[in-house]
Amino acid sequence: MILSLSKLSVIIGLFLTTITTPVQARDQIRIVGSSTVFPFATLVAENFAKKTDFKTPVIESTGSGAGIKLFCQGIGVKYPDITNSSRQIKNTEITLCGKNGVRKINEIKIGFDGIVLANSKQAEIFNLSYKDIFLALAKKIPLNDKLVINPYTKWSQINTNLPDIKIEVLGPAPTSGTRDAFVEQVMKIGAKKFEFLDKLSNDDQSKFKQVFASMREDGKFIEVGENDNLIVRKLESNPSAIGIFSFSFLDQNTDKIHGSFIEGIAPTFDSIANGSYPIVRSLFLYIKNAHIDFIPGIKEYVSEFISDEAVGKEGYLTINGLIPLSELAHRFKTIESSIDSKES
Amino acid sequence: MNNTLSTSLNKSASSQTIRLPDFSGSHLAKRYASERRFRILGIASVGVAGIILLILLSSIVSKGYSAFWLHKVELNITFSAEVLNPDGSTLEEVKLKQANYLALIHNALKEKFPAAVGNRRKIRMLYGMIAPKADLVLRDMVLSNPSLIGTTKKVLLKLSDDWDSLSKGFINRDLPESDRRIKDLEINWHDQLQSEGHIHSVFNADFFTTGDSRNPEEAGIYSSLIGSILTLTVTLLISFPLGVMSAIYLEEFAPNNRFIDFIEININNLAAVPSVVFGVLGLAVFLNFFGLPRSAPLVGGLVLALMTLPTIIIAARSALKAVSPSIREAALSLGASPLQVVTHHVLPMAMPGILSGTIIGMAQALGETAPLLMIGMVAFIVDIPRTFTDPATVMSVQVYIWSDSPERAFVERTSAGIMVLLGFLVLMNAAAILLRKRFEFRW
Repeated sequence: MILSLSKLSVIIGLFLTTITTPVQARDQIRIVGSSTVFPFATLVAENFAKKTDFKTPVIESTGSGAGIKLFCQGIGVKYPDITNSSRQIKNTEITLCGKNGVRKINEIKIGFDGIVLANSKQAEIFNLSYKDIFLALAKKIPLNDKLVINPYTKWSQINTNLPDIKIEVLGPAPTSGTRDAFVEQVMKIGAKKFEFLDKLSNDDQSKFKQVFASMREDGKFIEVGENDNLIVRKLESNPSAIGIFSFSFLDQNTDKIHGSFIEGIAPTFDSIANGSYPIVRSLFLYIKNAHIDFIPGIKEYVSEFISDEAVGKEGYLTINGLIPLSELAHRFKTIESSIDSKES
Repeated sequence: MNNTLSTSLNKSASSQTIRLPDFSGSHLAKRYASERRFRILGIASVGVAGIILLILLSSIVSKGYSAFWLHKVELNITFSAEVLNPDGSTLEEVKLKQANYLALIHNALKEKFPAAVGNRRKIRMLYGMIAPKADLVLRDMVLSNPSLIGTTKKVLLKLSDDWDSLSKGFINRDLPESDRRIKDLEINWHDQLQSEGHIHSVFNADFFTTGDSRNPEEAGIYSSLIGSILTLTVTLLISFPLGVMSAIYLEEFAPNNRFIDFIEININNLAAVPSVVFGVLGLAVFLNFFGLPRSAPLVGGLVLALMTLPTIIIAARSALKAVSPSIREAALSLGASPLQVVTHHVLPMAMPGILSGTIIGMAQALGETAPLLMIGMVAFIVDIPRTFTDPATVMSVQVYIWSDSPERAFVERTSAGIMVLLGFLVLMNAAAILLRKRFEFRW
């Protein structure tokens, strides 16, 4: 026993030495951020490593908000160099960055992602308008100039052209960027189609937001976490349900599901790329200016990301479902925080 | 209720009948029947649990078994000097590394299907047949044997994920062409290659030797397996000694006072804390305060050790409690010191129980992903981790990442990953059982 105790102390001692070894300079890019950009970023990382002698970057899938928070914690090898985001950085976040010394950030728009409403091939294709979607999914809807709890249980009650099946929509949870984009780009516009709510949007912004951002909670709208594959598999086994998710998952599963028409336009690669399909959001990279000269490979990684081979017409990102920008003019932007950092 | 009970008691007291044992056949039959019912219930519950396990396992295996092999196509690759060394200079290794090996594959494909040449759409389809990293195979061949240049050789190259699915028969050919990821032309090419015997089914060795990849046909479980081993090593080294020592102190030496009670209650409560809380703690303490690196197995192991400590302490305490007091008394009466009683007698006898508790804790740690998100281990890691501070991920996270990837071929990889994870768990359990057998003591 005494012998094994001494062995134990040796092991623990070895351990402490590994703990106290100082963190060395990094030769590997560290990236955090959005789970929507994650599949694209990892693809670029692999091609970047294949073509150059740099190590493959480490990419964490943390979600856009958490990614920016980590990114803005400071400057130095401990902090990530790049964050992926499925929405633009907010002013409060730029301020946070500035407070921690991250004053210059480069923003790069890498492309678009369409959000689709899809259902099983065994059921008929839906042809939805903004108004239909709002009426099906909002918690409260306007009726005779009053807000009432959503009474609809079947699609046919909303619009006689829609099939006579019960409303059942699987969608992303509030933590996801997909949900933010869906609420902003579908529910908000749908709500404005009603005169009563349009007036409200001018009179009382916050009350209006509460109306369009509240999804119904009576089991007709079902939150399915952030796993789009799960939604696809549920749609397969339940032909009466509709799912809300990213276009790339529709693209991979065209043998099982089809995307609903929105305002008469089908979600296809071309309709999203030329801007006619309405539910689209932009994807971004944010790069710390101060790290570019210290961490090897950042420049090369970013130029791989925007190279023709990646986002060109037949680029590998394009083939995997990223919709490239049609004009490159507004791709780059440098954001400078006006807040002076405490350290400098 | 109370009243009826007391009246019935009164009645039996007043009538003063003496109850004799009932040896009549009817009563005995009732007792046998109730025992039979009890047994049937027991068998039924074991059966239900077994059936659920069987359904779970068979769904995993039926989805995942196909990931253990993949299809390769045999191509006649001409290692032409014009492509690899266009300026005709002397062959240097640096140049050979950067040569365009993809062009060799493309040339071979064009030679095989000359009809596609000239049509951009068809050429793109044709190039899509081969897995994206196949050129690296050719590069390694040339680098290890430069004399290949100028010769023509038959080489087996991996098919891309969609073509592999077609070879495995997962693509429904009856669907209309627009609904398929593989078009009619590609099916024709595939069937031609297959009838000529150029498509071979081989064991997917890369799955066990490489790290993660965005291309399902290149993705492997190895880097996360190593990550899991490193992480669990840290967890075991920290939580086992700490847990056993705490349990021994609390059970054998601690005075019986309020402070110790307070600690006990806290340990029991800690076992019920959601695991993500330990991740938040790890982020605050290990990363932000001690400045340990992100995504490191060292930090992951520390966090998981905190999570498994209560489990091990509770199991170890009940194992120590189960050792008969007569053993302790006998040892003490023969003059052993309290330390000797514990180290020579109680601890060895409690060891099987302690090991069972430890293995439950470790199994829990093996499957955990939530606390690792906070400390950066839910990440895309290609390189194989070598030390406790290299960026790493673990198998459960790898399975999670694959399950969330759009490519269809990841569905089978996900299930195959779960199978490897379960295999690892079985190995861990087997090791614990072997150790337990060594310590097992009967009296």
